[in-house]
Amino acid sequence: MTVGGTEVAGGAPAVSESGGGSSRAPGRPDQAVIFPTRNQYAGVVRSYRDDGFEMCADLCGVDYLSHPGRRLPQGVVAERFEVVVNLLSLSQARRVRVRVQVPESDPVVDSLFDLYPGTEAMEREAYDLFGIFFAGHPDMTRILMPEDWEGHPLRKDYGVGRVPVQFKEAPGPR
Amino acid sequence: MSDLTAAPEAHGADPQKEDGADPPEAHPDTVLPPPRSGDEFLAPGAGDEPQGLVAETSEGEQELSLRSHTEAGELRREVGAVLRLPEGVAVDPSDIDVERTDDQTMIINMGPQHPSTHGVLRLMLELDGETVLRTKPVIGYLHTGMEKTGEELTYVQGSTNVTRMDYLAPLHNELVLSMAVEALLGVEMPPRSDWIRMLMVELNRVSSHLMWMATNGMDLGSTSMMIYGFREREMVLAFFEKTTGLRMNHNFIRPGGTAADLPDGWEDDVTVICDTVMARTSEYDELLTGQPVFRKRNEGVGALSAEEALALSLTGPVLRSTGVPWDLRRSMPYLRYDEVEFDVIVGTFGDNFDRYSIRLNEIRESLRIIRQIVEKMPVGDYRVQDKKVTPPPRGRIDESMEALIHHFKVFTEGFKVPEGEVYVAVESPRGELGCYLVSDGSPKPYRMHIRGPSFVNLQGLPLMMRGGLLADAVAVCSTIDPVMGEVDR
Repeated sequence: MTVGGTEVAGGAPAVSESGGGSSRAPGRPDQAVIFPTRNQYAGVVRSYRDDGFEMCADLCGVDYLSHPGRRLPQGVVAERFEVVVNLLSLSQARRVRVRVQVPESDPVVDSLFDLYPGTEAMEREAYDLFGIFFAGHPDMTRILMPEDWEGHPLRKDYGVGRVPVQFKEAPGPR
Repeated sequence: MSDLTAAPEAHGADPQKEDGADPPEAHPDTVLPPPRSGDEFLAPGAGDEPQGLVAETSEGEQELSLRSHTEAGELRREVGAVLRLPEGVAVDPSDIDVERTDDQTMIINMGPQHPSTHGVLRLMLELDGETVLRTKPVIGYLHTGMEKTGEELTYVQGSTNVTRMDYLAPLHNELVLSMAVEALLGVEMPPRSDWIRMLMVELNRVSSHLMWMATNGMDLGSTSMMIYGFREREMVLAFFEKTTGLRMNHNFIRPGGTAADLPDGWEDDVTVICDTVMARTSEYDELLTGQPVFRKRNEGVGALSAEEALALSLTGPVLRSTGVPWDLRRSMPYLRYDEVEFDVIVGTFGDNFDRYSIRLNEIRESLRIIRQIVEKMPVGDYRVQDKKVTPPPRGRIDESMEALIHHFKVFTEGFKVPEGEVYVAVESPRGELGCYLVSDGSPKPYRMHIRGPSFVNLQGLPLMMRGGLLADAVAVCSTIDPVMGEVDR
């Protein structure tokens, strides 16, 4: 199968043409969304890079724990985590979004550091906040949270914490 | 002194060696050119011995290639500009030094409470005397979990949250969130709201760049520039206060339009700002641009090539200074930027001086846009007339019970946004400010990710500092213009 002129091993990744939302107004161009499997992921991104996508604009994680019934194209198995990569072609003024499913039991995907060194901080952020490991990343450590922090705060099962509201006249918690 | 040029034993195995015919880790895909600074670290006379050297390691005797022969990818990965160290450990210099004998380099921490790091940024610098070798920016001191907070707030409340991220350009934060929500809603915005938004974000760009001129001047020792920059910025902030009620963190641009219309007489206020600031930019020219000391401290310092900037995902003035004409306002126009005339300012050398000139001229271009907005501002609604998104006007609440309920519902429960995902990006004063929004059909975002331009741009810092002087580290850090509120979010 070919993506952007380069052969990609392991079958065709699912593609969805609409990037979600309205595309009528300026500044909201349709973004092609592509759903490779974990094995295809690095190859697909590489072929896009060879195809003129010079920059990896954004990389983030999403935890779909409490929203399992999301819309995915046929053939894509929904997993708990998703890594969303936004590639940007400056020459074609075009974006493409790559969404790869990452299972909870084995949250590891290939690092894009070799392809786009600019993903270093973003992958560290995704690791820090979601606990998704990026294989081949040179420095897979926490970036925003303290080094000895436990847990990954942006996971949906990580509590937000709450301060109980105390009303003036109400009896206190005695 | 020749061992100063030794490459790390694990990664610099000489490709010429018989038993190691393959380079250990070839990186044919590395898009980066060889670092320019590689030769600067060779000790005097090191060039006389190009074959490589033999060093005693824990694994026995190993033949090493010279640093100048090591491939770019390897340099970047292991001994490049990024200092790869855990943040909390006490550093044993012999552990980290791969280039020199161990008593010649030292690691110092600059920050997190250093006045020149623009907030709580900590830089771990590996120094050889006055020369910066490697750098590790350590961030997270201002991390307040705004993305997590965003998941707990409704779309209506969301802009009060994001506006605190990049506190020098709060309106851009609000704009990107609002545009993302509107993209998911699929609403068509009335023209006047687009033009009001454009006016506000361009004024915000002016105030942000003025603030940068001020702090950059201060970092380089020009206290007058600091005072001038703050003085002019105050004019813009006064207009913001008149329009939005607040000097910062406006919550003015909201999903569905803006919070209010522009105040009466806004054209005169804006014209006065344009005239004054435009005249003052010539004063800055006199004060700084032609000044020999200022030029000496900026020209050629912190230079970056276009390939490096693209590979590191740098955007905004940092990318444009390397000669890449990439401005989202022009390249992927949003709002009504395709209806106004402006120039994208591009540099040549990618050094500090280019970044300074770009920001100074972007102030002028923004003023040019603002003048066109004053001429072209259409009449009409400043909010989308979709009852789902826009609460009824204040006057209706007094008359109608339904309007009161409706108003209450919009602000307590919020409105539901159709399921889907969207990525929207705008050009903030610092670069591409993106918002990836996931909705599950409820009134709260399922995931709100903000792509902060300073967060990504900080990755360029080690490369820009490498081989420079410690005194220039302050200047280089300043020209990236990081806003820590946005870096740490």
